[in-house]
Amino acid sequence: MATAHPQATKRDDPEEGSEKAAASGSAGHADVDVAGAAPVRHPLRWLAIAVLAVLGAQLCHFLFTNPNFEWETVGSYFTAEIIGKGILTTIELTVIAMVIGIVLGVLIAVGRMSANPVLRAVCGAYVWFFRGVPVLVQLVFWYNMSALLPRISLGIPFGPEFMSGQTNHLITPLIAAILGFGLNEAAYMAEIVRGGLLGVDPGQTEASDALGMTRARSLRRIVLPQAMRFIVPPTGSQVINQLKATSLVSVIALSDLLYTVQSIYNRTFETIPLLLVACLWYLVMTSVLYVGQSFIERYYARGATRNAPQSFWAFALFKRRVPAPAASRQDQEPDPKESA
Amino acid sequence: MSRPTAEGADVGAPGSGTGTVAADGSEGPLTPAAATAASASAASGQPPMLRARGVRKSFGSLEVLKGIDMDVGTGEVVVLLGPSGSGKSTFLRCINHLEAPDGGSIRVAGELIGYREHKGRVHHLRPREVTRQRRDIGMVFQHFNLFPHQTVLQNVIEAPVGVRRRPKAEAQERAHELLRRVGLSEKAGSYPRQLSGGQQQRVAIARALAMQPKLMLFDEPTSALDPELVGEVLETMRDLVRDGLTMVVVTHEIAFAREAADRVVFMDEGRVLESGPPSVLDRPSNPRTQAFLKRFL
Repeated sequence: MATAHPQATKRDDPEEGSEKAAASGSAGHADVDVAGAAPVRHPLRWLAIAVLAVLGAQLCHFLFTNPNFEWETVGSYFTAEIIGKGILTTIELTVIAMVIGIVLGVLIAVGRMSANPVLRAVCGAYVWFFRGVPVLVQLVFWYNMSALLPRISLGIPFGPEFMSGQTNHLITPLIAAILGFGLNEAAYMAEIVRGGLLGVDPGQTEASDALGMTRARSLRRIVLPQAMRFIVPPTGSQVINQLKATSLVSVIALSDLLYTVQSIYNRTFETIPLLLVACLWYLVMTSVLYVGQSFIERYYARGATRNAPQSFWAFALFKRRVPAPAASRQDQEPDPKESA
Repeated sequence: MSRPTAEGADVGAPGSGTGTVAADGSEGPLTPAAATAASASAASGQPPMLRARGVRKSFGSLEVLKGIDMDVGTGEVVVLLGPSGSGKSTFLRCINHLEAPDGGSIRVAGELIGYREHKGRVHHLRPREVTRQRRDIGMVFQHFNLFPHQTVLQNVIEAPVGVRRRPKAEAQERAHELLRRVGLSEKAGSYPRQLSGGQQQRVAIARALAMQPKLMLFDEPTSALDPELVGEVLETMRDLVRDGLTMVVVTHEIAFAREAADRVVFMDEGRVLESGPPSVLDRPSNPRTQAFLKRFL
């Protein structure tokens, strides 16, 4: 209190303030112009940059001088055909798993929010089961399906069957991987989509109800397009997770990127350089996804702000500096060049 | 109140009296106000546009509507007044079945809303059938509820094209006409968030009109607006009154009720307190109505 007191009296003293105001006013000059104001100094920032520069130099030195990296080997395998095949398998698995996951996930999410209690229970049970069991276990399970069901047949329950086949012929490692990843992904996507649907103002549903839209139409035309703004960012993370999770298929001997490099270094013992090849390719693929995601986000942000849409590069490079579209309602468009 | 109305169902015209509505339905099957409306429409040989009888609604243990009777003739404009929490909005939302009433009945143009009678029993309608009934009832919300991901034009043609299956070109032409009418023809390509609140509400009115409703419901259309934007929305609504549209309006704009309404209805605690021509505003008979109006004078 003792220290605060003099300050308080100083602030509360109206005469001092008014005298100053009067002084500047009576001088007859124009008031100060803030246009030329000096920016706030950030000395710690410069210190941080210096520390990072030293660490960066150290890392470069380590990368280039340590012979165990065997960069020539990395280079020779980086564009090898067999690696390319592994990459294609990885991409194929990711795309199929995500398509299954998104389509099934939307259906399950809608089912979980349905008025029908039977549908809600079934969809809830699906999410509970497939989110609860590790995806690695699911993969191995599908792979070993023939141990549980030697034959799979299609027909009337307890009645005649129309077609049947050996489980081992039907569920190849690729099919096992697609089933395992797709069904698992659907459970996660269902929760993401449900979160998005819940994020849309209930007034939107009311307005479409009042206009005489059916529930399906209101969902497709009004609610889902708005929910996409909440759905796309976590889905982007899901795609990246899925891309990396495909490396689990090495346990069921499917030649994706990781399994391919493993099978090579098991022969040649060039473990580190081949792992680097895999790392670099995973990074390339996730970077492409990252850029793709920002395109999609920009599309679904239309109408969400009062601003005109930004150019793509401004968006991609300075994404973190622009306020989130949902919250931003200011009239001024933040200039990314200035903030950089 | 001399304006062209169909069938001359001028129910709330002076002379029909300011009957105080029985608070609970036990005192008589028809309230005075309802009776006049019923006889007026009987004379013209048509059911009233809106006919509500004993509408009850509870949310949990809270009884929001305790038996509402109301008749609105074709072309009539009825303004619902009352303190917040009196059940005005809930009643309005029962009319197009956004809320399902727990008891009583609501008919729009003679059709029972949300239910059907079959062999002496009443059944719930399927959601799809309720959807069909709502197409003829327009609604304007307090918070506009425009579709933010669509342009103004897309908002207006969404239901005519998607629900009524009108050709897109025809719907667009009519949408431009409606936007011109609400004074926003140059905003057709804007997104709702680029508009002021008053402009958004005018778009919402155009969107509701695009379905060519028989009955329009307004749920506090000016309550979310800055004072200087209220006028433009009320002006648009007055324009609809001049056209003879049947309207039920929940509002706190006493001045609008005075000049545009055929009849004002006071509600409090889930009941109709008093109902009559706008002149009731100057000499309310119910003490609670008097207390409510005192705050606006």
